[in-house]
Amino acid sequence: MTDATLNNIKLAPREATTWQRLQVNRNWLGLWFMLPAAAFLILFLAYPLGLGVWISFTDARIGRGGDFVGLENYEWLWDDTVFWLSVFNTLLYTIVASAFKFAVGLYLALLLNQNLPFKAILRAVVLIPFIVPTVLSAIAFWWLFDSQFSIISWTLKKAGLISTNIDFLGDVWNARWSVIFANIWRGVPFVAITLLAGLQTVSPTLYEAATIDGANKWQIFRHVTYPLLTPIIAVVMTFSVLFTFTDFQLIWVLTRGGPVNATQLMATLSYQRAILGGHLGEGAAISTAMIPFLLAAILISWFGLQRRKWQQGENND
Amino acid sequence: MPNNKGKCRLAGGEDWMASVAIRDVRKAFGATGVIHGVDVSIRDGEFVVLVGPSGCGKSTLLRMIAGLENITSGEIRIGERVVNNMPPKERDVAMVFQNYALYPHMTVANNMAFSMKLRGAPQSEIDARVKRAADILGLDPYLQRFPRQLSGGQRQRVAMGRAIVRDPQVFLFDEPLSNLDAKLRVQMRTEIKELHQRLKTTTIYVTHDQIEAMTMADKIVVMHDGLVEQIGAPLELYDKPQNIFVAGFIGSPAMNFIKGTLRANGKLEFEGPGGTKFPLTSAPKASNGRAAVYGVRPEHFHIDDDGAEAVIQVVEPTGSEIQVAAKIAGQEIIAVFRERHQFKPGDKIRLKPDPRLVHLFDEATGQRLNA
Ligand SMILES: Nc1ncnc2c1ncn2[C@@H]1O[C@H](COP(=O)(O)OP(=O)(O)OP(=O)(O)O)[C@@H](O)[C@H]1O
Ligand SMILES: [Mg+2]
Repeated sequence: MTDATLNNIKLAPREATTWQRLQVNRNWLGLWFMLPAAAFLILFLAYPLGLGVWISFTDARIGRGGDFVGLENYEWLWDDTVFWLSVFNTLLYTIVASAFKFAVGLYLALLLNQNLPFKAILRAVVLIPFIVPTVLSAIAFWWLFDSQFSIISWTLKKAGLISTNIDFLGDVWNARWSVIFANIWRGVPFVAITLLAGLQTVSPTLYEAATIDGANKWQIFRHVTYPLLTPIIAVVMTFSVLFTFTDFQLIWVLTRGGPVNATQLMATLSYQRAILGGHLGEGAAISTAMIPFLLAAILISWFGLQRRKWQQGENND
Repeated sequence: MPNNKGKCRLAGGEDWMASVAIRDVRKAFGATGVIHGVDVSIRDGEFVVLVGPSGCGKSTLLRMIAGLENITSGEIRIGERVVNNMPPKERDVAMVFQNYALYPHMTVANNMAFSMKLRGAPQSEIDARVKRAADILGLDPYLQRFPRQLSGGQRQRVAMGRAIVRDPQVFLFDEPLSNLDAKLRVQMRTEIKELHQRLKTTTIYVTHDQIEAMTMADKIVVMHDGLVEQIGAPLELYDKPQNIFVAGFIGSPAMNFIKGTLRANGKLEFEGPGGTKFPLTSAPKASNGRAAVYGVRPEHFHIDDDGAEAVIQVVEPTGSEIQVAAKIAGQEIIAVFRERHQFKPGDKIRLKPDPRLVHLFDEATGQRLNA
């Protein structure tokens, strides 16, 4: 074969065939190199997504494939108050929890970026909530929030601040705040550690320059640290919002969406309808209804928090 | 208040420049001492260069003057004020960092205006000062660019602009040119010098490059291992280095050092390796037989029939001069000639130092012996 190729080249050094040209064409080669990754993405991302969306247009149930029913599932959801409640709950859960995760995470990151004693240990401690498996920490919270054995109620009672146990998970708003709190607790380390990584890329001489320019601590944060951190804030908060919006485990262990759907999120409702209720089509429709929200979140971060002009020189791309 | 001062000076009014006095200043990081008692006096409007090898504590000293580093003991005064415990913003100093430390998210104009905005200066004054600094430094076309979009030399200028806009009592520079290529470095050297002649602001400039020090300074402070070795005008250090360290540090190529003994039996001479004799015009009294180090700058050798025999090893012509590495009685020395000699490796020549320009140091203490 080598001989043949050699002969070819010898005989017709200028007139390469299309195939030979393709062999050295960078774009064509690039296409081949991308194929494994593309196959992977199609198999594990695009296919399940497509399937989910397709099922939402059918009346599939567990155990039998469905027929195409058009928008019937969506029409059904449109008039379903529980569905709308779950949308409200999900938005509340996402917005409140993300805002707190951002504030607390940023605060912790700034704190950990200082020269504290036992810095390494403190950083490790902050990561703990992130390392513990969700289900495990959810069970721990379940105990904390238990209507009879809650240590929180016990402490407050001992301190004489309340006289009866707090019904953390039984009351509508108590339950909402409780699951939001648990979510914040779990989500803060991710935000804090990522922002800390971002903070560490800021050159310390910038702080020194600002100090000499006469900035106080707050001004340094406001005019130097924060602007330099915005790109990483954009990324980490996008992820945080996506994770929170699609949260399932924590709610499922703590409340299963109760009491009376007060903590029912779109993800848990979808699971309940599709798997427990057997209405795959309807569950898939609820899941599909999450897509526009998630896309909106991504687009906001994409356009609003895009790479800034100061990050990319005018002359390169 | 600093605002008003600034205005006065900009309007060409009264001079507000300040002297800087450093008194027995020491610095230790934990248990490790880094600066072991330094005294330097800097007059109003003087351009002082701190020079010394890497790690000798130049930056640390500069940062103590700026207020970025605590002073372990001693006293630093700027003008009439002791600034030991004064936060940087009250010291009224501006600093140019080695990596420029420009705020990457601010345009050139905003980088320069930042300190004045923090002070709450009126916009018209900010604009005027930025404009003036940009004019001085030729930064006008770049005011709306971000630091990323500038070349190294332009960034360097912005860093200086940021300092000029402040109109401070003292400029502090920490190796501002070390990130530039050789040619640009020479150009910026001249620019900084011109800037100083124009603004006449007291300037403390740190570098480890002795040529930068020689060309820019009114006064050089040579530091070594956290101590001052010598303070003086550039030519003073070149002509009369007080010890071997300064002698070897100032001048390029470096001074040749030859170990040997003083002979003062009738004729005053220096006896080098292999009994080679070198001329001397003066030496301390009763120094016959004293162990000493004889120092000759490469440019102070010339060819003379009663010189010491030297075997040429390497010849390096640079165009304007010829640098020759040769061996005198086995000891390597460097000589530089402005004349175009046709030397080849292996040639034997006779080299004689100019006796009025040689340096003599005590071998044990390294201190200068001759006048
Ligand atoms: N924060 C610090 N903690 C401990 N030691 C330090 C610290 N900063 C500097 N040093 C030490 O102090 C000495 C002087 O440092 P400095 O930065 O002043 O040197 P320099 O003269 O500026 O050198 P260079 O020319 O390389 O910049 C060095 O030995 C350095 O290791
Ligand atoms: Mg330094």
